[in-house]
Amino acid sequence: MSTPVLELSGISKNFGAVQALNQVDLTVSAGEVVALLGDNGAGKSTLVKVIAGVNPADSGDVLFEGQQVSINRPADAQRLGIATIYQDLALCDNLDIVANLFLGVEKTAFGALDEVEMERRALKLLDSLSVKMPSLRVPVASLSGGQRQIIAIARSLLGEPKVVLLDEPTAALGVAQTAQVLDLIERLRDRGLGVILISHNMADVRAVADRAAVLRLGRNAGDFNVEETSYEQIVAAITGASDNPVSRRSERTPATRTEEA
Amino acid sequence: MAQQTPVSNDTANDAPVAQDPRLIVTRTTPAGILATLRRRIRGGELGPLPVIVGLILICVVFQLLHERFLSPQNLSNLTVQVAAVGLMTTGVIMVLLLGEIDLSIGSVAGAASAVLAVLAVRVGIPEWGAIAAAAGAGLVIGILHGTIFAKIGVPAFVVTLAGLLGWQGVQLQLLGSDGTVNISDTGAIAALTHTYFVPSFGWGIAVVAVGVFVAFTLVGERRRAAAGLVAMSPLEIAVRSLALAVPVFGSVYVLNQYKGVPLAFLIFVGFVVAFDLMLRKTRYGRMVFAVGGGAEAARRAGINVDLIRISVFGLASMLSAMGGILLVSRSFSASLDTGAGEELMMAIAAAVIGGTSLFGGRGNAYSALLGGLVLGAITSGLYLLQMGTPVRFMITALVLLIAVTLDAMSRRSRRVHARGG
Ligand SMILES: Nc1ncnc2c1ncn2[C@@H]1O[C@H](COP(=O)(O)OP(=O)(O)OP(=O)(O)O)[C@@H](O)[C@H]1O
Ligand SMILES: [Mg+2]
Repeated sequence: MSTPVLELSGISKNFGAVQALNQVDLTVSAGEVVALLGDNGAGKSTLVKVIAGVNPADSGDVLFEGQQVSINRPADAQRLGIATIYQDLALCDNLDIVANLFLGVEKTAFGALDEVEMERRALKLLDSLSVKMPSLRVPVASLSGGQRQIIAIARSLLGEPKVVLLDEPTAALGVAQTAQVLDLIERLRDRGLGVILISHNMADVRAVADRAAVLRLGRNAGDFNVEETSYEQIVAAITGASDNPVSRRSERTPATRTEEA
Repeated sequence: MAQQTPVSNDTANDAPVAQDPRLIVTRTTPAGILATLRRRIRGGELGPLPVIVGLILICVVFQLLHERFLSPQNLSNLTVQVAAVGLMTTGVIMVLLLGEIDLSIGSVAGAASAVLAVLAVRVGIPEWGAIAAAAGAGLVIGILHGTIFAKIGVPAFVVTLAGLLGWQGVQLQLLGSDGTVNISDTGAIAALTHTYFVPSFGWGIAVVAVGVFVAFTLVGERRRAAAGLVAMSPLEIAVRSLALAVPVFGSVYVLNQYKGVPLAFLIFVGFVVAFDLMLRKTRYGRMVFAVGGGAEAARRAGINVDLIRISVFGLASMLSAMGGILLVSRSFSASLDTGAGEELMMAIAAAVIGGTSLFGGRGNAYSALLGGLVLGAITSGLYLLQMGTPVRFMITALVLLIAVTLDAMSRRSRRVHARGG
C-alpha cells in the first residue's frame, strides 16, 4: 500500500441548493480496502458517482496512478479501470444474466455478438466466485435481490479493474451471500486492487476494511486505521458528537455493546 | 473459492460447469419441448405464439366465409398491401423497444412521398436518386426528432406530435395547389411494388434463406456444445428448421401460383430480417434493448444513451419514409393524403399485435411481419366479404386490445416474479 492508486482532493458537488459534497478528500492504495462511512445522506453515494463518472464533480482534482485525470462519463472511469457496483439501478431488467454481465463490453466475432464466448466466460466467472444460478438465460428481473447484487459485483470484475467501488453491496444479502461478498472483497485486495466499500454494517467494515474514511454532511469527518480505532470513535465521527443516539443507547443497554446490530 | 465449493461438485475448473439442480432442463425430448411450452404459457412468456394462432384462426374463418380468401391472387395482393405500412411498423418497433413512441411516422411518410414525387417529376432527377433523397430526408427528420428528445429532454410523445403536424405541413407545402403528383408507371419507383420474380428466383431465395438458417444454427449449436453449454438437440434443430421452412416454402409456392414473389414483399421481409439480426446479434441491438430496459443502468455501463436514442429515431423515420415511397409506388402518385390516413394507427397497432411491448425493452422485428399480416388479412377478408371500414376498425380495435392485454398481463406476471428479494 505504497502509492495511492486513486487520490481525490477538494471534490465538491451541488444538487441545486443542496451541497452534497464539500471539499472532500479521499485516497485509496493498491491492495487496500477503504470503508467509506457516514449517515444516510452524508454524500457517500454521490462521491461514488463522482468517481464513476455518473455525476461528475463540480470542482476538485482526481489523480489516478499519480496522473491528473478528468472523469466526465462512465466510459472514462471504465477506461481507467474503475469498476462500480451501484446501490441502485445497476442492471437492465429485460436482459438476461449474460447480457447484463457483458453490458457495454460485449464480445463480438465477425461483427456479431459472440454469445457462446460470453456465456462460457460468464459461467466460468460465476463459478470462480462460487455463485450458482439456475440459468444464465433468464431476464434478471426474475432474480432475487441477492442474486442481482452478486451479478452486479461479478460484472464489475470482468473488466480487470484496478479500483472497485462497492456501494452497500451487502445491504440486501443473506448471511451466506454476505460472507461470500466479504470473501470476494478480500480476494480483490489480495489481487492488489484498491477497494472502496460503502457500508452501514460496522461488522462488515471491521471484517475487511483497512481504513475507514468518514463523511458527515458532505465533508470529511475523519480517517481512521480500523485496527487501531474503537467502534465508539468511528461512530462519534459519523454522528458528529460523542453524545449521540448510538452511545446513549449502548450506555442504557450494555449487553448490546457489540458491533453487530 | 475452495472453501465454498460444495463437496458434491466435482467439476474441475476448466470442465463444463454442472447444471444447477433448480434448472429445469427439458430441451432434448419431444415431451420436454411440450412441457417447456406449457410452462411458458403459464408464465406469460408466450413469444409469438398468440399472434401465430390468431393469424391461422383469422385465415380459417375468412376462408370458410369466402372461398377466394386463400387464393394465390388474394394472398399475393395481401403481401404487397402490407409492405408499406410494414416498413413503418419496423421503424415503430425500434422506438417501442426504447420505451418511447413515434407519432410522426404517417406524416414523415407523407413528407417523404412529396419529396420523392417533386424531385422525380417536377425537378426531374433520376428516380433512384429521388428514392435515395426521400429516404435520406426521413433519416434527417428522425435525427432531428431524436436530438430534441435525447439532448433537450422534450418527451418523445410531444416531439413526434409536433412532427405529426409539422411534416404534414411540409407535405402540403411541397405538393402545392394541385395536390397530386403522378409518377411514371414504368420507372424505378413504380417497379418497387409492381415487380414479381420468376418462380425459380423465389425458390432460390427460399432455399438460400432456409439453408443459411440451418447452417448457422448447426454451427452455433456445435460451438455451444463444444464450449460445454446447453445446446439444442438435433431434434430441436430439425423442428425449428421445419418451423421456418414450411412457411417460407409454402409462401413461395403460393405466390408462384399467381405472378411470383413480389419485390415489395421481399423488400419488407428483407428489412425485417435485417433489423432482427441487427437487434439480436449486434452490439448496437443489445444497446437498444439495454436502453429500453433501463436507461440509467445502460448509461452507467458506458453506453452512449443519447446516441442510441437519436439513431433509433433516425432509423425509424427513415423506414417511415421508405413506407411512404412504397405508398407512392402502389398508387402511381403522391397526394395530399399519402400517409395521412390510418397508416400511423395501423403501424403502431401492428407492432403491438405482433408482440412488441409498449413498455419498452421487449419485442422483436418479426412483430412487424406477423402483426402486419394479421391486420392485412383482416382488411383483405372484410373487403372480400364487402364489409367496409367501420367493421374493420372495430375488429382491428378488438384484436389490438387483446394484444395489449396480453402484453400488460405478461408484464405484470414478470414484475411479480421480480419481487423475489
Ligand atoms: N440526484 C440528486 N439530486 C438532488 N439531490 C441529490 C441527488 N443525489 C443525492 N442528492 C442529495 O445529496 C445528499 C447526499 O446523498 P447520497 O445519496 O450521496 O447519500 P448517502 O451517503 O449515499 O446516503 P445513504 O446512506 O442513505 O445511501 C442528500 O442530501 C441527497 O438528498
Ligand atoms: Mg447511498
